[in-house]
Amino acid sequence: MISIKNLHASIGDKEILRGINLEVKAGEVHAIMGPNGSGKSTLSSVLAGREDYDVTEGEVTFNGKNLLELSPEDRAREGLFLAFQYPVEIPGVSNVNFLRTAVNEIRKYHGQEEMPAKDFLALVKEKSKLVELDAKLASRSVNEGFSGGEKKRNEIFQMAMLNPKLAILDETDSGLDIDALRIVATGVNKLKSKDNATIVITHYQRLLDYIVPDFVHILYKGRIVKSGGKELALEMEAKGYDEIKKEFEIAD
Amino acid sequence: MSLVVDNKSAVTQNLLEQLQKNSSKIAFMPDTEIISAIRHLEEKGIPNNKHEDYKYCNLEAVLRKEFKSVEQSFNELTNADIASLKLDEAINLVVVNGNYNEALSEKMIVKGLTVKSLNELSSSEKTLLCSQAKSDTDALIALNTAFTSNGLFLEIEKGNVIPMPLHIIYVNSSNSHSVINTRNFIHVQANAEVTIVESFHNIGTAKVFSNFVSEKLVDENAKLTCHTFQNEGTLSYSVNTNQVKVNKHSNYSNTTTTLSGELVRNNHNVVLAGSNCEAHLNGLFIATGTQQIDNHTLIDHQMPHCESNELYKGIAKDKSTGTFNGKIFVRKDAQKTNAYQSSKNILMSDDATINTKPQLEIYADDVKCSHGTSTGKIDTEALFYLKARGIGEESARKLLLQAFAQELINKIEIPSLHEHALHLFEKAL
Repeated sequence: MISIKNLHASIGDKEILRGINLEVKAGEVHAIMGPNGSGKSTLSSVLAGREDYDVTEGEVTFNGKNLLELSPEDRAREGLFLAFQYPVEIPGVSNVNFLRTAVNEIRKYHGQEEMPAKDFLALVKEKSKLVELDAKLASRSVNEGFSGGEKKRNEIFQMAMLNPKLAILDETDSGLDIDALRIVATGVNKLKSKDNATIVITHYQRLLDYIVPDFVHILYKGRIVKSGGKELALEMEAKGYDEIKKEFEIAD
Repeated sequence: MSLVVDNKSAVTQNLLEQLQKNSSKIAFMPDTEIISAIRHLEEKGIPNNKHEDYKYCNLEAVLRKEFKSVEQSFNELTNADIASLKLDEAINLVVVNGNYNEALSEKMIVKGLTVKSLNELSSSEKTLLCSQAKSDTDALIALNTAFTSNGLFLEIEKGNVIPMPLHIIYVNSSNSHSVINTRNFIHVQANAEVTIVESFHNIGTAKVFSNFVSEKLVDENAKLTCHTFQNEGTLSYSVNTNQVKVNKHSNYSNTTTTLSGELVRNNHNVVLAGSNCEAHLNGLFIATGTQQIDNHTLIDHQMPHCESNELYKGIAKDKSTGTFNGKIFVRKDAQKTNAYQSSKNILMSDDATINTKPQLEIYADDVKCSHGTSTGKIDTEALFYLKARGIGEESARKLLLQAFAQELINKIEIPSLHEHALHLFEKAL
């Protein structure tokens, strides 16, 4: 699905990713954990194509294509989805209009006809149920005036609508109470299949009780310093990141 | 006396000569008004950028460069030329090169509605002309008054509500450089109500300097709702003056949508002359190429308990310039005034310019006035968010600009007109 080799990225003069290697196959769930400032969000931003970062070294292959050469919109059209840590409010653009445009631009990219309005609305109805999103929110402006929980549910709703091959959930658990967390996780689990993959980026183990990973990676100072099964997450939760920090202290 | 004629009067003198040579000899304004108009025009001169109100709109330079010689050679228009400019669900009235054209207009007998050209006015109606727009206040009003063409006079009689919008189509069409002084007078009498759509077009092959003056008089307890669409293209240089007087318990609103015009200067002057009245001025523009869109508003709160609201939004692309200058006077007697003003703009290129200038002069002590202005680039976070969902750069920008304009387009309540505005706006993007 995605193969990341020796990925280095910096913002200005500051190198944040210092050689990431990661291989994710279809049907897998990978969790990336790490202390604040370890580069978790940078990794998701670089993969989604945010222009603030410079990739200085390495390569990323996504379904046989060189991901780093694609524009953000083409990455999305190829099936990459980033659930934002901070979903953006866009006053004046309705959720429905936004999603209809997205769905149809993706279809156009794959040489398909626009989705008939009736089918689209039926899909909105079906998928909004998945994350228990009030149908009224669909007609409101994108994320405007949404609560923290609604914003995150809206991200998963969009993911359900766009049906990506690879979903990257960037700190989707931040700011969620336990009920919202459960709803979001249930939504993600229902979308899981043998043909798609998920990367869950999180600071805490909590989310991983609900979205159970096949692999857990610990990111520290821009490198994956430890990988293991789901038990690694529990170990981190119990011991905290201090031990990792001591073990892998890298001189700046 | 100096023998050196300065540039300023040279441009004005040349314009006067050109127009006196080429204009029809029939006068539609009272002689005394014409004489004083020419005197005021000569005194003031066509304003250049040294004039405070025309700092970003050098009309003298435009006339010197583009209208040195004025031929006044116009095209005759037929129904076929006008057909696409008409609106369904409205009474379409047509003004060609400043002259009301009855043959091209729709004839409909509506109770309480008078439609006439200026040369048909009775002597009592004639006294209304120049009662609002005064030559001594602005050189462009003086120019219009001196050379006004056979414009339109509309009157809604007392107590009548006109059931459908009136759509005035101003269409200019000339085949050599021309100056057109279109004039109208709209009188909404007491307890009457009307919606007027004014659309401005230029379908000729030569450059036109269009100097439009509209006097609007709203009597007591009346309501005048106006929607203006300006889409005159790059051959057009226009100054549009609306001189409005609102009397007590009355409501005036205008939403101006400017889609094109090489130069568009709007002077929207509203006098709130009675207590408990309201004025709502809204504007939306898109400027492309080297176009210059300049909105000047003046709201004069003379009496207590009145409210005014202004919302202007602009999108400046390429090397275009947009200006908003909003003046609010709150006179000594205008206690309990509420006056709000807001101007928001988006710059779409590094070469585009936006100028904004709010001016509040408050002489009463118990008032609420506020103004705000913001100019920025398109929100890059929002843009990235849309792109991260598979929406291409161009569609993403369009979505964001439509969202920006939505608030103003939504001010147009008539569904068919709302659709029309949306369509024009999307086309202009």
